[in-house]
Amino acid sequence: MEVGWWGVLIAVLGGAIRIGTPFLFVSLGECLTEKSGRINLGLEGTLVMGAMTGYAIALHSGSPWLGVLCAGLAGMLLGALHSWLCSFQRVNDIAVGIAMMLFGTGLAFFLGKPYIQPSAPRLPSIDLGGWSHVPQLQAALQINGLFLIGIIVAIALRWILKNTSWGLKVRVVGESADAARALGLPVDRIRLLSTAQGGFLAGIGGSYLSLYYPFNWSEGLSSGQGLMAVALVIFARWQPLACLWVSLLWGGAAALGPALQSVGITYGYYIFNAIPYIMTLAVMIITCSPRRNLLGAPHELTITR
Amino acid sequence: MAGGRGNRFDQVVSMDVPKNLHKALEPFLIIVGSLSVSMVLFGGFVAAAGANPIEVYHTMYRAAFGSSFSWQNTLVRATPLMLTALCTALPGYLGLIIIGGEGAVVIGGLAAALAALTMPTAPPMVVLTTMAFVGMVAGGIWLAIGGALRHYRAVNETISSLLLNYIAIAVLNHLVTSTFRDPESLNHPSTYHIGEANMIGLIPGTDLHWGLVFGIVACVLAWFLMHRTVFGFGSQIAGGNVRAAQIAGLPVGRLILIVCFVAGAAGGLAGMVEVAAIHGRANDTLNANYGYAGILVAFVARNNPLAILPVAVLLGGIRASSGLLQRAHELPDATVLVMQGIIFLVILFSETLYGRFSQLQKQGVA
Amino acid sequence: MAPSHKLTRRQVLKGTAAVGALGMLGSLDWLGQAWGAQDKVKMGFIFVGPRDDYGYNQAHFEGKSAVAKLDWVKAFDEEKVPETIEVQKSMESMVQLDGAQVLFPTSFGYFDPHILKVAPQYPNVLFLHCGGLYQEGKHPKNVGSYFGYIDESQYVAGIVAGGMTKTGKLGFVAAKPIPQVLRNINSYTLGARSVRPNCTTNVIFTGDWSLPVREAEATNSLVDQGIDVITCHVDSPKVVMTTAEKRGIYCTGYHVNQSKLAPRGYLTGAEWNWAKVYMDYADMIRKGQKVPNLVRGGLKEGLVRVSDYNQVVTESVRKQADAAKAKFMSGAMIVYKGPLKDNAGNVAIPAGKEYVQTDYWLESMDWLVEGVIGSTKS
Repeated sequence: MEVGWWGVLIAVLGGAIRIGTPFLFVSLGECLTEKSGRINLGLEGTLVMGAMTGYAIALHSGSPWLGVLCAGLAGMLLGALHSWLCSFQRVNDIAVGIAMMLFGTGLAFFLGKPYIQPSAPRLPSIDLGGWSHVPQLQAALQINGLFLIGIIVAIALRWILKNTSWGLKVRVVGESADAARALGLPVDRIRLLSTAQGGFLAGIGGSYLSLYYPFNWSEGLSSGQGLMAVALVIFARWQPLACLWVSLLWGGAAALGPALQSVGITYGYYIFNAIPYIMTLAVMIITCSPRRNLLGAPHELTITR
Repeated sequence: MAGGRGNRFDQVVSMDVPKNLHKALEPFLIIVGSLSVSMVLFGGFVAAAGANPIEVYHTMYRAAFGSSFSWQNTLVRATPLMLTALCTALPGYLGLIIIGGEGAVVIGGLAAALAALTMPTAPPMVVLTTMAFVGMVAGGIWLAIGGALRHYRAVNETISSLLLNYIAIAVLNHLVTSTFRDPESLNHPSTYHIGEANMIGLIPGTDLHWGLVFGIVACVLAWFLMHRTVFGFGSQIAGGNVRAAQIAGLPVGRLILIVCFVAGAAGGLAGMVEVAAIHGRANDTLNANYGYAGILVAFVARNNPLAILPVAVLLGGIRASSGLLQRAHELPDATVLVMQGIIFLVILFSETLYGRFSQLQKQGVA
Repeated sequence: MAPSHKLTRRQVLKGTAAVGALGMLGSLDWLGQAWGAQDKVKMGFIFVGPRDDYGYNQAHFEGKSAVAKLDWVKAFDEEKVPETIEVQKSMESMVQLDGAQVLFPTSFGYFDPHILKVAPQYPNVLFLHCGGLYQEGKHPKNVGSYFGYIDESQYVAGIVAGGMTKTGKLGFVAAKPIPQVLRNINSYTLGARSVRPNCTTNVIFTGDWSLPVREAEATNSLVDQGIDVITCHVDSPKVVMTTAEKRGIYCTGYHVNQSKLAPRGYLTGAEWNWAKVYMDYADMIRKGQKVPNLVRGGLKEGLVRVSDYNQVVTESVRKQADAAKAKFMSGAMIVYKGPLKDNAGNVAIPAGKEYVQTDYWLESMDWLVEGVIGSTKS
């Protein structure tokens, strides 16, 4: 069926979900981590490690979902390592994050060599587009269960942070470690748990890349997506639901470039492909102001101090 | 921090160890200790992968520091890192965390290459000076954008510099493949060649190009700027406490812009060196991740420009060893990434050990 | 292998003398003393990406592995060497520390300035570049080039694609609009249109050699626009193939055989046959023969090949494809002959003019043939 220019809209819609899902998971994970006052730039390495682990386990076990779970566990370990290292005095968490990025990526590439050739089982899709008689729309709405899980996690995270005592503890630790200690809260342990859980989510995000879209494990897998997702958390002002919208926005913008080329807009595709970055920068310039900025930023974060 | 150490020494006076020697020894011991520990960890890693750790150590040494060829290999890889580390280190004094070195390198290199094309008949020294100037200005402006956004619009400088990296790469690719493309550079779209006569030459007697000198001089000057001038002192104050600085009358906004500009200029210079010493053109290989490597160097060196020099050499050496590790031990290229990660994680972890020696001394004596 | 393959001093001297005599023809120089000490031919390979990328670099690595099996060859390689000064150091290191006698830097961007800078310093080492750029008189004598005309395989693949498409719309995910890529796109389209005159090829340029997400998006966008056979020219076609398979369309591969990735949809593919090239070189070196500075060839010379057809490929299409293959083998096939229009309506090749594969004019191709939807301008 001929769709012409509607194809661009469909691609943006599909892309928002397809491309946005891993960003959703990584940014939610980082959101939780940063709420506790820790910044984890190593999520890029965690993402790649998760992708590799997920693919490898899926291959060995035959079950992609088991792969997803193990990817999360691998991410959890890396997150815990990061937090443990940072819990010592004077250790700079941003620097550790960058070193973890190298370590995680290197480890994943190293261990992942034997898994590039074979084909792992793919995560199944859910057809949400059955109501449409437009095959392209049906394809765009063929989403993976992880997207729905991601939405649930976003909602749950928001509720947990706002309404549970654990969420409150995390926020206190993130706002003022001294106040938390005065209250008798185990600051380092709470940060360790948050960072580990953040790593868990990031690992799952990575497994989505290798087991669903673009369904490929190789050394060219990520091009800074983990790093961008960390940036998106700041863009989303540390609000879990905002992370969801921001990830969707990002995914849609990233799909724009190729979609435009498919309908004949061929000039300037490098610039079109950079639209997500330009858009994010523009929105940040417009919405930030010296008075309102960092509203919502946990005070313990090194980048805000 | 320093004051605390002085006090504890009063109790150790019977050891008769001069205060300064102890203070100077500490970083040295910690660094050597860190390197040893990371070597052991890495050895364990390669052993698990099936290689002989001792042989691997030997190979790494041979490849990085074992001969004059190796040394030159290491230094040539360290050169761009010396400059790009400044992109992160200098704003670090102000408390800014900027990771935009990649963008500065790319924009600076492109601008320098284009500048050279505007003067086809000028003598080489004039061309090179212009290229360096233009490259530095272009890179400086690019990073200063991030600083300005931070100061005037309170946009987080880490994100804005990261986004500007990607935008810079897109701009480079677009311009190099369309507007400024040399039609003869068929399968590798690039700008026109700047002319063989205009290329930066080698330091006589070596295989190293003069870019190394640029890097060393830049770091020394940067250290001088930040530690021996009023400007630098003011920046450190502003970095420590913005309110205090403003109350003291320091022009914080101006400081931010200038420091970011200088930092970006270093990156732009690195880009110019890539074009003038190696490629002779601007193309997508300017995006060689020197900027990102520089971030790590800056953090490990704790933003101190003088410390950047040895750290850059260390990182250069690690990367230089990749080739021989692959060939002699059948280890994949990823091994070097793991090694970088381990070494830097251990060094960063060792930050926590500073000052603890004095505590141990005290416990030992008392 | 049999001990007779070991080199004796006499053979070396004979070979050197023979080579010296032929020196006037611009052959590659030889150093006898590098031979005498060791018997094995030492070959170094440099890849720009990971050696198991299911694509470009893997094709070269498979070639290297084939030649490494020979017991009179010692082959070593480095992967992920960027096109900066690092490759110069890698080459020097291979020569100095490993005693390489011949180097194969396999990425296009290694030639200028890197090989040209290092080669003059080691006149006794061969630098054989994958790219076809060598020019007699302009470049040092110990430099050489080799390249395969894989666009011939793409032409045959295009015939299969054109024969099997139902919508008449083909898709091409390409990295950058450089001549090598444009040649593939054009040959594919010309092949397809030779069996189905009105079919079109939609091209999307991703901008770089390895961008999995963008390649997947491009594939999806093309399928949304009605494409039902897709191919690509990126470093690792894996993503395009698996995405095509998921969307249920046909695909043809590139670089190496990807049929395992898309068992239902992989019709055929254009593959390199570097093993033959490397074995030939190794053999020439062992025998002390002069190694030509320029080695180029297509299907006929065995530098490239076409994957086996998928079982769904119909009999008539197979016949057409085989006929084209046979014509290539006999040397009678000319892909680029006039009259040929480009996709902007201009004349690309006037009537009566034709270009053989080795013609340099083809190496600077900057147009897309009629029937391709897309533009070379970025």
